[in-house]
Amino acid sequence: MKFGRLSFLFLLLTLVLAGCGEPFLSTLKPAGEVAETQLTLLFISTSIMVLVILVVVIIYLIVLFRFRRKKGEENKIPKQVEGSHKLEIIWTVIPILLLLSLSVPTIAATFKLGDVKDMDKVDKDGNREALVVNVRANLYWWEFEYPDLGIITSQDLVVPTDEKVYFNLKASDVKHSFWVPAAGGKMDTNTDNENKFYLVFDKEKADEAGNLFYGKCAELCGPSHAYMDFKVKAVSRNEFNQWATAMQKNKEEVQPTSDLAKQGQEVFQANNCIACHAVTANDARPETARTAPNLADFGNRTRVAGILEYNEENLKAWIQNPEKFKPGNQMYKEANLSEEELDALAEYLMGLKVQE
Amino acid sequence: MSSVAVKKGLGASVWEYLTTVDHKKIAHLYLGTGGFFFLLGGIEALFIRIQLMKPNNNFVNEQLFNEIMTMHGTTMIFLAAMPILFAFMNAVVPIQIGARDVAFPFLNALGFWLFFFGGMFLNLSWFLGGAPDAGWTSYASLSLRSEGHGIDFYTLGLQISGFGTLISGINFLATIINMRAPGMSFMRMPLFTWTTFIASALILLAFPPLTIGVFLLMFDRLFGSNFFDVTMGGNTIIWEHFFWIFGHPEVYILVLPAFGIFSEIIPTFSRKRLFGYSSMVFATVLIGFLGFMVWAHHMFTTGLGNVANAIFAIATMAIAVPTGIKIFNWLLTMWGGSIKITVPMLYALGFIPSFVIGGVTGVMQAVAPLDYQLHDTYFIVAHFHYVIIGGVVFGILAATHFYWPKMFGTKLSEKMGYVTFTLFFIGFHCTFFIQHFLGLMGMPRRVATFLPGQGLELGNLISSIGAMLMAVAVIILLFNVVITSIRNKKVGADPWEDGRTMEWAIASPPPFYNFKQTPLVRGLDTWWLEKMEGKKELTPAEPLGDIHMPNNSIIPFFISLGLFVAAFGAMYNPLNSVGDGKSWGLPVLIIGLGITFGSMLIRSLRDDFGYHIHKEDLLEDDKGGKVG
Amino acid sequence: MNAEERYTPLNWPDHPETQTLEGKNKFLGFWLFLAGETVLFASLFATYLALKDSVPDSSHPLAKDLFNLPLVFAMTMILLTSSITSVYAIYHMRNYHFKKMQSWFVITVLLGAGFLALEIYEFTHYVHEYHFTFGSSAFSSAYYTLVGTHGAHVTFGLCWIIALLVRNAKRGLNLYNAPKYYVASLYWHFIDVVWVFIFTVVYLIGKVG
Repeated sequence: MKFGRLSFLFLLLTLVLAGCGEPFLSTLKPAGEVAETQLTLLFISTSIMVLVILVVVIIYLIVLFRFRRKKGEENKIPKQVEGSHKLEIIWTVIPILLLLSLSVPTIAATFKLGDVKDMDKVDKDGNREALVVNVRANLYWWEFEYPDLGIITSQDLVVPTDEKVYFNLKASDVKHSFWVPAAGGKMDTNTDNENKFYLVFDKEKADEAGNLFYGKCAELCGPSHAYMDFKVKAVSRNEFNQWATAMQKNKEEVQPTSDLAKQGQEVFQANNCIACHAVTANDARPETARTAPNLADFGNRTRVAGILEYNEENLKAWIQNPEKFKPGNQMYKEANLSEEELDALAEYLMGLKVQE
Repeated sequence: MSSVAVKKGLGASVWEYLTTVDHKKIAHLYLGTGGFFFLLGGIEALFIRIQLMKPNNNFVNEQLFNEIMTMHGTTMIFLAAMPILFAFMNAVVPIQIGARDVAFPFLNALGFWLFFFGGMFLNLSWFLGGAPDAGWTSYASLSLRSEGHGIDFYTLGLQISGFGTLISGINFLATIINMRAPGMSFMRMPLFTWTTFIASALILLAFPPLTIGVFLLMFDRLFGSNFFDVTMGGNTIIWEHFFWIFGHPEVYILVLPAFGIFSEIIPTFSRKRLFGYSSMVFATVLIGFLGFMVWAHHMFTTGLGNVANAIFAIATMAIAVPTGIKIFNWLLTMWGGSIKITVPMLYALGFIPSFVIGGVTGVMQAVAPLDYQLHDTYFIVAHFHYVIIGGVVFGILAATHFYWPKMFGTKLSEKMGYVTFTLFFIGFHCTFFIQHFLGLMGMPRRVATFLPGQGLELGNLISSIGAMLMAVAVIILLFNVVITSIRNKKVGADPWEDGRTMEWAIASPPPFYNFKQTPLVRGLDTWWLEKMEGKKELTPAEPLGDIHMPNNSIIPFFISLGLFVAAFGAMYNPLNSVGDGKSWGLPVLIIGLGITFGSMLIRSLRDDFGYHIHKEDLLEDDKGGKVG
Repeated sequence: MNAEERYTPLNWPDHPETQTLEGKNKFLGFWLFLAGETVLFASLFATYLALKDSVPDSSHPLAKDLFNLPLVFAMTMILLTSSITSVYAIYHMRNYHFKKMQSWFVITVLLGAGFLALEIYEFTHYVHEYHFTFGSSAFSSAYYTLVGTHGAHVTFGLCWIIALLVRNAKRGLNLYNAPKYYVASLYWHFIDVVWVFIFTVVYLIGKVG
């Protein structure tokens, strides 16, 4: 019977696809304790639900095979049964028990994953112990501020592995949602309030994923909602400290070395890019003035504009015509730079490195 | 009104439908218009799946995709599913309870025309600068910023058609409470009537929050208020609350009537009474009640806090219990029965596993911390399509076959019905099962495209192929409708032979007055009861007498037209946020409202006592002459 | 019973509004409608409470700066009285005293109009003295929408009752139009109850809370 065959195929599919997807993106390949907790909840709930489905399917198949109208029984009237109190009780109580058992891990995990009280714990010197990142979502880019380190960066989020990283989440224009599927569930970035949660990035899993996790915007925000990816560089604590120090030292602009790059710096300033884009990590301007991604360490970015492969060609194409890649973005629709100016700009920007 | 047969020309037919207050004709109007919008929504779905067939596709650009995606959801829920369900409620419920019409026939017509003009207004957006593009949920910060008038078409169009829905909800509640035939206690009502009753109560209580939310958005965009402007003290989360306080009961408004339809079909084609009738009634009421307690499960990631999330998680799980009760009762109805697999029964059999899959993923989503991963991904898209298609659409397709004879006097082809079902069923699972995994693998929803190299290509391709199969299935259904209408082979009162409830006791289609004599209800499954005692007709509860009928009226059409006109005025008023206000905006708004209130005044100033069909003409009808 | 028949005070039924099926349906249908309206106003109250005193900066007036309690108290008394007069009207309707019913409804309308006049005065006062307009802030938008929607309902109710008075002036009372009067007075009571909540939640709590 077609239903039987279909359900078998689905079961197979389920087994095949479980544990599927990319290690840098899939919730089925959890890379930290938050995602692991959530995957465990997936398995628990799926198991309970498969049990229910099994019972339903068994009764269903029996009914389908045993009680079809047979030849010669065209006029048979079956016994009209009103109901059964016993059965009603059984199929009310058992689901309630199953749900109660599901509700225990649900409530436990809700409070565990929502426990951010350690965010404000300070040591004897009054310094915050945990790492906190202020995430500000914009159309169509992400700003990451490390308030205790005095660093502002964008698009690439650098985090240490094997420790809780806390996030303060907000949006500057419309509602977005901050999601790193491999590391854990999402939290909305609202314009009205600041949300808080934490993620953990496991060192081994990070290594498996090439130390680069994919982040997504998970709330419709406009035409370029699908292009609002960000990346998470999960590195060891030491490497993170190295990076943070280098960023902190980046108080003044990294001066271009080659002539082309110097030319690029001039183009950058002549076109007033500096009005929106800071090029050092210690941008002291208030939030409302920080209307474009911080370009400190742009030379080490993993993507151009969050989505394009990082190379000179893409960088030039993006600068010349951002509307083509991210319709509705807030930079400008088209620049009118000459090929020469674009070359210079690209050289300059790709030279903005705080460390190699 | 003449009581003699009148030769109907096309013009007369059109006028009849424009002015009808007869619930059976209004059912035709709802089915036709809703069916049209279902095709429109289906084309929009097809465009979505073609665009998402491969990464970085440019079948449609990003802005257009957002519009198509928004309109697909909005059209399917508000302009297709709800109206088609209203079609069946109108066609069937009054007859199931032994009434001659609904409590307010005039308002019934008004409800339809408001839906019609609201739907027309919303779809005019395609031609007037672009459709809404903020999703069917139109979250406040994005929808305030949306350029162009798309969102205004959304707010104004939904407001107009929403009034229609509210009016119809009140109508069915009053009808079912006040107009049941003698002997029909509440616990003798057919399940479809019960689910209509509870769904109507949900409509009454769930639409006002939507009305308010949409007014707030409308005022912000068209008249300069600041409800959702954070810089002026506003709060966008208020929109989320209002939308979902409406939105969650809304899905039960959709699915309960579908449950009711299956509760008619399954006993009919098992030749066995519904197992656990009182439990089914109780479960329906419980689902309706609990449906108001769970709205924040759509907001788990909004940041309401651990306590709120925990409470709503548990409340959401609770709804699984009465739903499960229903599934088991349906299965036990078939158990021990004599099952005939007609097309309606085929949909019922397809519904059970499909809806259960959708229901269990719903319970999984109720686990709030898990939902932090699942929310706003293709897992959610998979879930709601499983319950909406597996539940509501299957119910609609089943009812289309099941009630077609009662509504039109002909019977759709069973053979073509089997083909439609098979293609649709396979296509449906092909499209949506894989989407669970796409979501788990990291694909957010409402994305105009997806990037290569992230493991999402194969799943999206499979999903798109399934959509094509569903499209073919629907085309075959259309073909079925056309062929059946051309063949025009008439059927009798009880064409499925095992009808249990009163609608199967009268002609297909029924005479315009439904019952010559109001029937006496002697028990549950009234018609079955009479048939089992060898009767050929229902027992009458009154002697033959004059029948009081309502008059037709063109006024509902004009009340709705006035609001349609007013909506244009509101949209282009000088204060609007798009900045293209016209000087004629305010005058047109006033004129439109004038047409509406003027029509209402005309209606109120006249005495309308209806008319009477005389006893003599009813007896003539018996002898073969035609009445009306 | 034919709805158009004429009666005398002696054989006129005690509850004329529910003697016909149409009357029963109108009675039930309207109570159901009021349930929906209750949820509607509850939503507006919720919005108001969420956005109360939510202003962009300190130059904007808050609830405690704005509301003029003596004026609002007078409005409340007027509206409550108009509710009582509508009760008298229905009492006379039940006793088949057409002219007395009409008179009490006229008084109801006059009182209602008085309420509206004071409310219009109140709003213009806020606009001129405090620049407290619909678009000033989220708080002002919420206030005007809640209280304004109530005012719109009062206006509609007045038009409704006036239309009934005009329409039936020559027709007199019968079983066809009795439900119309009953339903209109039910509506009038409803908006009076809503006003009591507005008075408490908006004005009293605004001044005190």
